[in-house]
Amino acid sequence: MEKELKLMKGNEAIAEAAIRYGADAYFGYPITPQSEVIEYFMEQNPIERTGMVVLQAESEVAAINMVYGAAACGMAAMTSSSSPGFSLKQEGLSYIAGAELPCLVLNVVRGGPGLGTIQPSQSDYFQSTKGGGHGDYRLIVLAPASVQEMYDFVQIGFDLAFKYRNPVLILSDGIIGQMMEKVEIGPQRVRRTMDEVIKQCPWATTGKTANRERNIITSLDLVASRQEEFNRKLVKKYDTIREKEVRCECINCDDADYVFVAYGTSSRLCMKSMDLLRKEGYKVGLVRPITLFPYPSKIIAGLAERVKGFLTIEMSTGQMVEDVMLAVNGKRPVKHYGRVGGVVPTPEEIVDAMKNFMKGE
Amino acid sequence: MAELTINDIIKEENLVYKKTKVMTDNVMHYCPGCGHGTTHRLVAEVIEELGIQDKTIGVTPVGCSVLMYNYLDIDMQEAAHGRAPAIATAIKRVMPDKFVFTYQGDGDLAAIGTAETIHSCNRGENITIIFVNNGIYGMTGGQMAPTTLSGMKAVTCPRGRDVNTMGYPLHITELIAQLPNVRFVTRQSVHTPANVRKAKAAIRRAFENQKDGKGGLSFVEIVSNCNSNWKMTAVDANKWMEENTFKEYPLGDIKIDWEIQEGKISLRNRKLDY
Amino acid sequence: MAKIRGAVKVDTEKCKGCSVCLGACPMGVLDLAKEVNGKGYNYCYMKDPEKCIGCASCAIVCPDGVISVYKVKVD
Repeated sequence: MEKELKLMKGNEAIAEAAIRYGADAYFGYPITPQSEVIEYFMEQNPIERTGMVVLQAESEVAAINMVYGAAACGMAAMTSSSSPGFSLKQEGLSYIAGAELPCLVLNVVRGGPGLGTIQPSQSDYFQSTKGGGHGDYRLIVLAPASVQEMYDFVQIGFDLAFKYRNPVLILSDGIIGQMMEKVEIGPQRVRRTMDEVIKQCPWATTGKTANRERNIITSLDLVASRQEEFNRKLVKKYDTIREKEVRCECINCDDADYVFVAYGTSSRLCMKSMDLLRKEGYKVGLVRPITLFPYPSKIIAGLAERVKGFLTIEMSTGQMVEDVMLAVNGKRPVKHYGRVGGVVPTPEEIVDAMKNFMKGE
Repeated sequence: MAELTINDIIKEENLVYKKTKVMTDNVMHYCPGCGHGTTHRLVAEVIEELGIQDKTIGVTPVGCSVLMYNYLDIDMQEAAHGRAPAIATAIKRVMPDKFVFTYQGDGDLAAIGTAETIHSCNRGENITIIFVNNGIYGMTGGQMAPTTLSGMKAVTCPRGRDVNTMGYPLHITELIAQLPNVRFVTRQSVHTPANVRKAKAAIRRAFENQKDGKGGLSFVEIVSNCNSNWKMTAVDANKWMEENTFKEYPLGDIKIDWEIQEGKISLRNRKLDY
Repeated sequence: MAKIRGAVKVDTEKCKGCSVCLGACPMGVLDLAKEVNGKGYNYCYMKDPEKCIGCASCAIVCPDGVISVYKVKVD
């Protein structure tokens, strides 16, 4: 069969991917630079195409709680937002993590703090990878670097969400969301029937039938010892995820003296910078974490045994660099270079930053 | 004929009333005399009578009734504070053949969850909202609620609610009754047998409105007590409620099948001598 | 003439002694016991069982659903 190729925005690709995945529900609220997600859904009218529910909520808070409600019924539910709206979703995400529900969330990051700007940024790393809301929990975080990955990560994300009963975040930015690229589109999958949902999610609130006990979806347990036990169970789950689900791309690392560490848009910029540096004879490699939680700490720790230093490139004042430092554990110098507030660094300034780093500046 | 003993009467074949099987045997955590218990039971009885135990999904709030899922033998979800109508919206949208209800207090529904309440009502989600209004935050220890009566004391208005700085008691029920997609709005109480019967009929109607295909949202307010935080006995609290709360929140049907009942909603002007 | 006789059974361990049923009873059958249950509540009991007509008013206002009601017709 011939490949189906389309020219799409990242924001459109993710919506099309959700419909084709056979997702059951999307709840959204407009915010720049991700409003095309809900606009594309509304235009496509997926209730006609697959029976998928799409609803514009009254706020990001309501949208994430709608995801809670649908996810608790065993549905493949998703929402999307951009940084200020993603902050509003932290309450719901904490409850979703606490109730161990699967769902998919997209954050098309823009510069902050506050209302900040509508331009692209990577300044939500801490919020995304360290929990974000209250309590001890983690999201599984996927960082796409292309429109194709925006598309592909929907299936990977939902599969991980259901495998671990854990919210999954696609951490994108205003560039990946807005730019258009060629995307290879997968076949339309049929949505699960209610019987299949019940079989896959026996814990879901699908109506208490005579053959089982009632299902309760809650994050509340007032007995401290049980709540502690539950927290320990979550830690175990996160450790399993750390063990099994790390995704990372290492480019030109085999012979590298120095490596960039960068994800998403920054990793694409680094690809160009790396080429420029290699043409000048510098042996420079790139580590591109695809999962930000779990973080590819072991891979970076391994490289720390032989490379001379790590330079992280982020569109932030330095957030992921802390995870690189933890992985390197003082063995090699680790530095950060970034532009913020919606400014995107040029490959040339990244080249200069690496040259300065290699000189020990 | 020999005189009947109590044991002659208390026999299975003579049973005329007992707790519904849709209630679990867990002892409820509510204070003695709290209207939550009665309201829970009415919801459970309606579910049993309609035969919809396997088709009902309930959403519990944050507040005293947060643990309602321990007492009803149905599938339930526990919501974040105020978000129950958003959650119920999603449940109904993804499973339209199910009966979906939220159970919320006045702080949950009329303060932190105002947006979710108004918008689920405005969309006319085909769900049932049970709104228990006791004019106070019970679980957190008796703070002022949006529904607290003017002049009424609470721990965050120890000199009484001053309407000029704290606002008037919020009539959210009358507000949402004016939304076109809202089908049924009523205000009831559960403190006497007659009121319990009326409240149950209202809850039943609110659930039946989910099965005739006509859609619309049904909203049942139960004006209730909080004797612990009102610092009264249960009996005194019910009496106080009749004498004070009912004046602010008169009982009765406000809207039936999309028709606002005559004289039920009037503009409320600010009175300086309130 | 047929006479109605009723009786109630109270789950005394779950009764919280709130007294709401006492006022709901049209016949004045119920009262709180002088004894307390395991939780320390004076539970409800039939002080005057002869008068009970099995109307279930007490049961339907009971917040804790602890009252079952029985009724017979006596010729």
